[in-house]
Amino acid sequence: MIPRHLMIAVLVMILVALVMGLYVWRMPQRASVHPTAANTQPLAPPASGPTETVTLYVAYDDSGSLHARAASIPLPGGRQARAEDLLRALLNIYLDKSSPHPLGEGSEIRAVYLVDPGLAVIDVNAAFANLHRSGVLVEELTVTSLIETLSANLQGITRVKILVDGNQRDTLAGHVDLTNDFDVPAVSQLAAQLQNVP
Amino acid sequence: MNFVIADRSRSRYKRLLWFTLITLAFSTAVSNAGPSDEKRISIYSSAANYSLPVHEHEGKDYVGLLEMLEPLGRVSAKSTGKQWKLFYDEVPCEFTTDKREVRVGGNDLNLPANFLLENGRGLVSLSSLSTLLPRILGGPVTFNEAARRLFIGNVAVHFTAEVIKTTPPKLIMHFTSPVNPTIATEPGKLRMEFTHEAVVPPGSRLLTFQSDVIPSANFEEMNGAAELVVNSKVPVMATFSNDGRTITVAPPPTVATENKATPPSPRTMTPMPAAPNPVTAVPAVVHFFAVVDAGHGGDERGAALTDQLAEKDVTLAIARSLRQELTSRGLTTMMLRDADITLTADQRASLANSAGASIYISVHASSQGHGVRLYTSLLPSSKGNRGPFLDWNTAQAQFLQVSQAAEEGIAEALKSANIPVRSLSAPLRPLNNVATAAVAVEVAPPANDVTQLGSPTYQQSIATAVATGVVNVRDKLKVAKP
Repeated sequence: MIPRHLMIAVLVMILVALVMGLYVWRMPQRASVHPTAANTQPLAPPASGPTETVTLYVAYDDSGSLHARAASIPLPGGRQARAEDLLRALLNIYLDKSSPHPLGEGSEIRAVYLVDPGLAVIDVNAAFANLHRSGVLVEELTVTSLIETLSANLQGITRVKILVDGNQRDTLAGHVDLTNDFDVPAVSQLAAQLQNVP
Repeated sequence: MNFVIADRSRSRYKRLLWFTLITLAFSTAVSNAGPSDEKRISIYSSAANYSLPVHEHEGKDYVGLLEMLEPLGRVSAKSTGKQWKLFYDEVPCEFTTDKREVRVGGNDLNLPANFLLENGRGLVSLSSLSTLLPRILGGPVTFNEAARRLFIGNVAVHFTAEVIKTTPPKLIMHFTSPVNPTIATEPGKLRMEFTHEAVVPPGSRLLTFQSDVIPSANFEEMNGAAELVVNSKVPVMATFSNDGRTITVAPPPTVATENKATPPSPRTMTPMPAAPNPVTAVPAVVHFFAVVDAGHGGDERGAALTDQLAEKDVTLAIARSLRQELTSRGLTTMMLRDADITLTADQRASLANSAGASIYISVHASSQGHGVRLYTSLLPSSKGNRGPFLDWNTAQAQFLQVSQAAEEGIAEALKSANIPVRSLSAPLRPLNNVATAAVAVEVAPPANDVTQLGSPTYQQSIATAVATGVVNVRDKLKVAKP
């Protein structure tokens, strides 16, 4: 004859096991629901704050070259937000009336994602690519300018991927390949070539 | 009176004879004119070269799709009502009569003109072939719609033409494959009509030679055939050698010895020589030394250099000139795109790699800057090779050194021609996928006049300098080729 208290203990343990099993079974469904509710909008850059001196690699169409230019801009604390603000500061130069390397109206950096280990993903908007001028040199000046500015001011970036409106695109404007990750040391060599004006 | 009757009777016989003669002459003319006036399309492929009749419907040219595909692979078709289903080597295609929308291999496609169903026979417009056939056949197709000549894959037969200043002078033409043209002569001209050979034009359709006897030749394409007309000051004849790969055009011995112009002879057909007389030794197996790739094409226009000038047209013109310059220097050259067709970067790389060439030259044009910019590959980050298999995205890695050597050689030649040049690397496909020396040439205007990009003189000067540069480094390229 099984003692009464032992039977009660076994029944309680079975009940606990069932409840825990049900909880574990429901957990993945809850986890998959949460991210869609998250706000995916990029954070707005700080309007003011302490400025930092950074190096922007600016493209010049008249000489087909790239030049390092020191700039003081307010930067936020987080690495990702800093990366976005750096590139937005660079884009402000290109969208200015006296731009040395004009980009299409409405060109924007949507976001920069820093993915370990060493991968930075730059997401530009459709206007950036659709209105970009077509040509090997003019396209590679833009891409090198973005990548070199990012890697020169943020440590540890070894690869860069460029997306357009969150999607992979074959080329920027018919020439420069966007399907592969850019190798940062190779792009730095190209930046050196582009700084060496013939 | 009898005399009058006899005269009337003779007159009646005379009129009957004239009527019979005129009727005969007319019927002969009609029967001869019929076939030559018939519109035809020629198809050149590795499987077969053939031609098909073209039918006109509402001002558009149409051809039977089933007849076109039959010599190329397994094909079957079935019509039910307005629907027409076709299977080509497991690729299902669905057409609807009087509709432009078709479905090929599960993908929807819009044709430039309606599909027609005539007594169960599916007809597609010639303007649809460039869009439709690459999807069905799964490979590149080049279509010269004006001349109705369709090239499936790399079947184009290229040729070089050179006048050898012997006594008498000889025009020697080397073809990359055996040819068997119909030859006809008329005063001052020797015509070679290529109906079954995929002979394509050299860089320029007018070839000029430094010769008083054979000053020039013209290349024309029409109604599914190509014609090469050799202009000469004296009667000339053609002889074949090297298994039909070489044609020599020269004055016959009697004319040569007399060395004077003879009265023009009527147009006659020259029979093919029974036993070819060897002229020069040319390797039986054609090895392409260079692959020239005209950037963009078809749907992909490239940069709008001016309102009228698209990059794809400038690159094609420069590429054709470059091919002519390379072949005239004895370097066999293949062009990946010799018409206005769309090729993907992967297709370009695959074709270039399968050609086994020693150098791949991609041609681009730009309105920015001036002179010429040369590019070697800026390789992306690599996933590494696996044993004997090269990583597709970095296949160029082990050839980068020889690519840079080629770039230097071409840069030197451009500098010697007083053309401003700059050497850079670029993330430009398909350079990184090519497993041989690979260089991209971006041609900018000579000064600030962008319209000069369309100038044949400027294009020719660039092509000449680039070809000279390639010749200067050919030994390095050959050594580098496994």
